[in-house]
Amino acid sequence: MPSTAHAFVDATASDGALRRFLHGLPGVDAVGLEARAAALGTRSIKTTSKAYAIDLAISMIDLTTLEGADTPGKVRALSAKAVHPDPTDRTTPTTAAVCVYPDMVATAKAALGGADVKVASVATAFPSGRAALPVKLADVRDAVAAGADEIDMVIDRGAFLAGRYLETYELITAVKAECGTARLKVIFETGELSTYDNIRRASWIGMMAGADFIKTSTGKVAVNATPANTLLMLEAVRDFRAQTGIQVGVKPAGGIRNTKEAIKFLVLVNETAGADWLDNHWFRFGASSLLNDLLMQRQKLSTGRYSGPDYVTVD
Amino acid sequence: MSERLSVFKTYKLYVGGKFPRSESGRVYEVTDSKSNWLANAPLSSRKDARDAVVAARKAFGGWSNATAYNRGQILYRIAEMLEGRKDQFVREVSEAEGLSKSKAAVVVDAAIDRWVWYAGWTDKIAQLAGGANPVAGPFFNLSTPEPTGVVTVVAPQESSFLGLISVIAPVIATGNTAVVVASEKSPLPALSLGEVLATSDLPGGVVNILSGKTAEITPSLASHQDVNAIDLTGADTDLARDLEIAAADNLKRVYRPRPVDFTADPGTHRLTAFLETKTVWHPTGSLGASGSSY
Amino acid sequence: MPKEFNTAAFEYAPAPESRSVVDIAPSYGLFIDGEFVEAADGKVFKTVSPSTEEVLSEVAQAGAADVDRAVKAARRAFEKWSALPGSERAKYLFRIARIIQERSRELAVLETLDNGKPIKETRDADLPLVAAHFFYYAGWADKLSHAGYGSDPKPLGVAGQVIPWNFPLLMLAWKIAPALATGNTVVLKPAETTPLSALFFADICRQAGLPKGVVNILPGYGDAGAALTEHPDVNKVAFTGSTAVGKAIARQVAGTHKKVTLELGGKGANIVFDDAPIDQAVEGIVTGIFFNQGQVCCAGSRLLVQESIQDEVLDALKRRLSTLRLGDPLDKNTDIGAINSAEQLARITALAETGEAEGAERWSPECELPTSGYWFRPTLFTGVTQAHTVARDEIFGPVLSVLSFRTPEEAVAKANNSQYGLSAGIWTEKGSRILAVAGKLRAGVVWANTFNKFDPTSPFGGYKESGYGREGGRHGLEAYLDV
Repeated sequence: MPSTAHAFVDATASDGALRRFLHGLPGVDAVGLEARAAALGTRSIKTTSKAYAIDLAISMIDLTTLEGADTPGKVRALSAKAVHPDPTDRTTPTTAAVCVYPDMVATAKAALGGADVKVASVATAFPSGRAALPVKLADVRDAVAAGADEIDMVIDRGAFLAGRYLETYELITAVKAECGTARLKVIFETGELSTYDNIRRASWIGMMAGADFIKTSTGKVAVNATPANTLLMLEAVRDFRAQTGIQVGVKPAGGIRNTKEAIKFLVLVNETAGADWLDNHWFRFGASSLLNDLLMQRQKLSTGRYSGPDYVTVD
Repeated sequence: MSERLSVFKTYKLYVGGKFPRSESGRVYEVTDSKSNWLANAPLSSRKDARDAVVAARKAFGGWSNATAYNRGQILYRIAEMLEGRKDQFVREVSEAEGLSKSKAAVVVDAAIDRWVWYAGWTDKIAQLAGGANPVAGPFFNLSTPEPTGVVTVVAPQESSFLGLISVIAPVIATGNTAVVVASEKSPLPALSLGEVLATSDLPGGVVNILSGKTAEITPSLASHQDVNAIDLTGADTDLARDLEIAAADNLKRVYRPRPVDFTADPGTHRLTAFLETKTVWHPTGSLGASGSSY
Repeated sequence: MPKEFNTAAFEYAPAPESRSVVDIAPSYGLFIDGEFVEAADGKVFKTVSPSTEEVLSEVAQAGAADVDRAVKAARRAFEKWSALPGSERAKYLFRIARIIQERSRELAVLETLDNGKPIKETRDADLPLVAAHFFYYAGWADKLSHAGYGSDPKPLGVAGQVIPWNFPLLMLAWKIAPALATGNTVVLKPAETTPLSALFFADICRQAGLPKGVVNILPGYGDAGAALTEHPDVNKVAFTGSTAVGKAIARQVAGTHKKVTLELGGKGANIVFDDAPIDQAVEGIVTGIFFNQGQVCCAGSRLLVQESIQDEVLDALKRRLSTLRLGDPLDKNTDIGAINSAEQLARITALAETGEAEGAERWSPECELPTSGYWFRPTLFTGVTQAHTVARDEIFGPVLSVLSFRTPEEAVAKANNSQYGLSAGIWTEKGSRILAVAGKLRAGVVWANTFNKFDPTSPFGGYKESGYGREGGRHGLEAYLDV
């Protein structure tokens, strides 16, 4: 693997150097970006391609519960659902992962047993990221020690918005160092970064710092994943690989609730980053209610009749 | 004491801010309404017309880019200069059009007032002819009038001064440059106007004045590929048709001759006749671009 | 990691729009004085679907006698139509706008069949704009005294209108809506390769109860167009099409009192500066030249890219072009449809061959062309200079000529170095540069950080040999008023 740190040694030499690098990235015209996302959203995905897309989408879900009210029972139920999303149809793919808080990692790990479903844990004082660095790193260590396969960290949006880009970069490299073999997803909370230029810059900071995935949002703010911000991040990973040879994944999270929307995201992937990203190693959906809609649509395709919420499991 | 022998004026063309003789080296006799000899006027050739177009094109960049305020100031300056040489123009108009001194004075006053009127238009016409368009989408959309370019003006044959000014002023007020073909029979007020323009801060080449045979000079101007528009006011029916046909070669904007009373309120149509509308679009976006429009 | 899904590419299954929403009759007449009639000489011609070469219908072919008959009908209708209160004319136009909206799916499919352009475009661009245009001008009909053309501006009389095949129904709307709003009556000749949507529009006029003779539709060839524009009882000529025909019309009307507006050719420069929003610029380049297969007078057919980012932009552009989907225009996922006619295909082919012969480098993405119909691959020419034919002549097809520049002055000089002056694009994030460059471009429409946007409120038309007069917006009224 080529080293990202090596590739960007100059750009990350100082706050000023990093700022100049990031501000040298091409700007984003909001209307044009949104128009492109909307245009791709008009693709009509039918029949065999729809069946393919539904199974692909299911396989890409990080089935998520991130509530104060999470209990071992809730996490076990979620894990069972991740392994057998549709108990009536064993050809249904598993989800990519379950995503929980660090203290639930062990529970999830045990519940999943040997199934090929990852455990992803949020960390670094999710969702606000408002904690001291040692606390954040301890959070990561806890999750990794409990067996997390993937860490979903949040950046310090305050530091980023204050222009402390290097601090943002160093936070990510510090977390990455604690991850060991766990793959690192870096959440930008795009809704708080507000501008597309910021999202592009954050994406590059994340990729330069060694993120395995860049992720839109926590699901805890008003605006989460949108076609436009995901398209923008797909452009970033595409350009990053063209420049460095390193492939980085993308994870839109929050707000993707039905099959039609999910398929639009897959079209974005297909026509922006390309087929190399059409795999749950490189693209994920952070979602919970999306899964049941995908399952109902899947049942519709196989039986020819519309399904209902009583025919999918509520967990 | 014998009467002092007066000094005759040699009337010359006004091209590129200079006063050349005709390249042809020829002149023709200009007479008053009673056929008395007044002066010799240059008989412009096709090459004079070509030189005038070159001068007008050269001046176009600067003049069209001057601020509308600045153009207004210069047009007003022309009126000031005319005011000071009123007696001369009263005499020339009187001789050319067979008017009494008092009637000629009324015409010259009206002509000077017309310059003032158009001087005031330079920084207002864009607000009438242009504006923002409320398109159905996230775009700012603005239409702005811009000068067409180099305009050939076939000046009226009869109204040698008020008519002349009424066709020149609107063309240059909006930023065009002009090649003016003066009244064939009565070119002297036009040629004298050149002397006023030369001393009025008007950049050389913005107005170029040719005298001669209208039917000889105008065809090459109508077909000239670097002329953008033609005002046919002073062309008779047959010539106007021929010139319009020639003008089609590069799709010049054509202002056809029509009955006109130069003493009446001119309206804005001569101003807008030589304007192009440019419409510029730009996305507006939104403040919270990361999804607020969803 | 599970790899089972990335082995198959994400293929999009065919998603054809249903053809059954449109019922095309085996034959159509001319629409004169509210009735469909045969041509005086009984001539007919066939209209084919450019994507399949299937004959769609047989259409009466207007000749000079029919033109005369239609002009007379329009003249008879003019007296009453122009005397109607503007508010009544407005309601007819509102009715037409609404019926177009109601029938927009049918008309979109029809237009795609007859023209060959993708259903995505007829559905999302042509038809919404057609309806919007009638809505916009409907509202003007009783407000003309506020339009800045005097307190009681009068219509001209009978408008003879000749429209092209690239946006058949949209060009009809651009012509008919302002003409009727201002109180004129109309004789319109659609292009010979795309007569059907205009004939369907005749039916919409019938449904709207429009008085007979107010709109007359004469399918036919250039001879019918010439007969119309030279007819002595036509007061207004409106033409959209080639510059050559535009010049012929300008000569033809010389010495008459006919008012003329001409929307002609273009060779739009799309200027990309080094500080452009690159991803959006690439989309704008694609939209600029491949929208409607490049058969657009305002197409951004010359890409002027700053030399310092030329390679980056070309790489991105080529990558993007390889995702374009060419094929069945009725498929909702088709990006590039058919060329409108065999004749147009031959013209594009010949110009592209000239480009190669003159030494420009030709590139197209891999894509299979259907075996029947008229098709042309999206094509780039690089290494193009101002001296190349493909940089100067309007190709009117999906062919982009790429030129480079070093400074803004050079970009503007090259952009303006054309007999045309219809459209231009500017891509830069620097606001003052947009304004400076937009101010210097001699073009009637300048799209900054966008391209090929249209709106009924926005005046459209060219400088120089791209024609004169404006269509759309308040400005568009002037062409149909005696001012």
